[in-house]
Amino acid sequence: MTAIAPPLSVPSGHVRPVEESAWVRRSLTGLALAFLTLFLFVPLISVFYEALRKGWDVYIAAITEPDAVSAIQLTLTAAAIAVPLNLVFGVAAAWAVAKFEFRGKNLLVTLIDLPFSVSPVVSGLIYVLIFGLQGWLGPWLEEHDIKIIFAVPGIVLATLFVTVPFIARELIPLMQSQGAEEEEAAVVLGANGWQIFFRVTLPNIKWGLLYGVILCNARAMGEFGAVSVVSGHIRGSTNTLPLHVEILYNEYNFTAAFAVASLLALLALVTLALKTIVESKTREKPETAGIQE
Amino acid sequence: MKTWITTSLATILLVGGNAWGDKTLLNVSYDPTRELYQQFNSAFAKHWEGKTGEKVAVKQSHGGSGKQARSVIDGLDADVVTLALAKDIDEIAEKARLLPTEWQKHLPHNSTPYTSTIILLVRKGNPRNIKDWDDLVKPGVAVITPNPKTSGGARWNYLAAWEYGKRTYGDDARAKEFVAKLYRNVPVLDSGARGSTTTFVERGIGDVFISWENEAFLAIRELGPDKFEIVAPSISILAEPSVAVVDKVVDKKGTRPVAEAYLQYLYSDTGQEIAAKNFYRPTNAAIAAKYASQFPDIKLFKIDDAFGSWKNAHKLHFADGGTFDQIYQK
Repeated sequence: MTAIAPPLSVPSGHVRPVEESAWVRRSLTGLALAFLTLFLFVPLISVFYEALRKGWDVYIAAITEPDAVSAIQLTLTAAAIAVPLNLVFGVAAAWAVAKFEFRGKNLLVTLIDLPFSVSPVVSGLIYVLIFGLQGWLGPWLEEHDIKIIFAVPGIVLATLFVTVPFIARELIPLMQSQGAEEEEAAVVLGANGWQIFFRVTLPNIKWGLLYGVILCNARAMGEFGAVSVVSGHIRGSTNTLPLHVEILYNEYNFTAAFAVASLLALLALVTLALKTIVESKTREKPETAGIQE
Repeated sequence: MKTWITTSLATILLVGGNAWGDKTLLNVSYDPTRELYQQFNSAFAKHWEGKTGEKVAVKQSHGGSGKQARSVIDGLDADVVTLALAKDIDEIAEKARLLPTEWQKHLPHNSTPYTSTIILLVRKGNPRNIKDWDDLVKPGVAVITPNPKTSGGARWNYLAAWEYGKRTYGDDARAKEFVAKLYRNVPVLDSGARGSTTTFVERGIGDVFISWENEAFLAIRELGPDKFEIVAPSISILAEPSVAVVDKVVDKKGTRPVAEAYLQYLYSDTGQEIAAKNFYRPTNAAIAAKYASQFPDIKLFKIDDAFGSWKNAHKLHFADGGTFDQIYQK
């Protein structure tokens, strides 16, 4: 879930004829398949196998138990806040970077990439250093009885931080490649800013945007490291799904751990399916994605 | 647009559903007490409701003892802390001033409702023939123990090994040599006791696991007596996990009466029985006698007798530049 998205369209101009012999091709394909089976399919299947080993009743009980439900709620809440905020920020940032020239543009792009290059543990610790009781704002927050870390706001902040690049990074190359001609034409024809955005820019980027949202959401729900630092691990109130899996596993509650893990695996599968659909859409008709749709 | 509507709706529903109901306590504890407090919390809730008619829900947070203390210092709102050793609660008193420095005098037995010790857990049949501490330094023996910087249990492990070295070989310098040799046999240092248990028991790494006695019994009960056995060393440390009410937090939240009753209930017959059933050694003599047969007979020494106090032991061994840093850098 953490990988950076591959480029949207595969250049399909000059494909060199394959020169390697059939034997080489087959063994290479076989090797790749064996690798995938061993490191991807087998673990994935084993998650579901372990989760369902003791039957449906145990599985359902594990994911409807109050602490698990609270973990699911918290994970959904964090994603529901982080994804829309990053959606707005991502579009705004990509718009600014791709369509305008301004001082400090490179700095902005570098800052957007920062969460990719920083370890998630550090992302969590910076919030402890700022909002912790011994941190910069800690005493003030304590006086006003505001809880940030070891509470839901901290978890949302940490999630927000690690998911910042996903949408912006997806849109910047797309918008840069499209250039600003269509928008300029719209200006000449008398459109105002919002009209340009909703009727020209947004239709052009919508599949790329959706793709970014999907990846952003997957990361928001799956984040472990940063959230672990600011969570405080209070069962039933500040545990997200990935943290809950770890707790269950450490309590020798393997079936329940895998049951909850299977929810995350399902999320990954759904993400993958959506991603495939979106990708095919983007490739099929990048031009016809017009105003009427 | 649709995403917006759905997500904002979901947020409202979820945040609305998260409202706190009755009195809630947060017990910040160390790793191996998960099962103990699961049982104790429901017993206490029943007891408290019967006594006052008030419903109380106790929430738990578990992790390496040092790490948990750090979280409380950084603002984790613990009503009570039940940590692996007094020094970690001292840190909370000194660094964050959330409770008085003489907190240990507030409850019986130096605020230690149950004790434990450190034993050796080996694989069934004891293939490496581990009998005592000195078998751990033999070449090729892989020893599992957590990181003393973050785990309370690991610090008890370290001190037990040190004292063995000192008594067997004569002085502190030789003890240091002994412990250095032992840690050279440690392939992984997990951050908490439970992480180490998982490493040894689940992932199958290591020949011998230096463990809390209660954690070892629990691992055997959960995962089958056909896989592991306990080796009682000739000498070990009396581990005294401490408990305390975090004054500043309970006063702010208005939970002092229930928090104090919660810790006192640990000393009641019910509390002591629950502790014994989870393989902690009760401090109540009558109940300790009742469960005496389940524990191996080990010669136990107290930290204050061997090292003066936790403060001294910490400064000498676990503070920055202490003996652990010296031996582990090599």
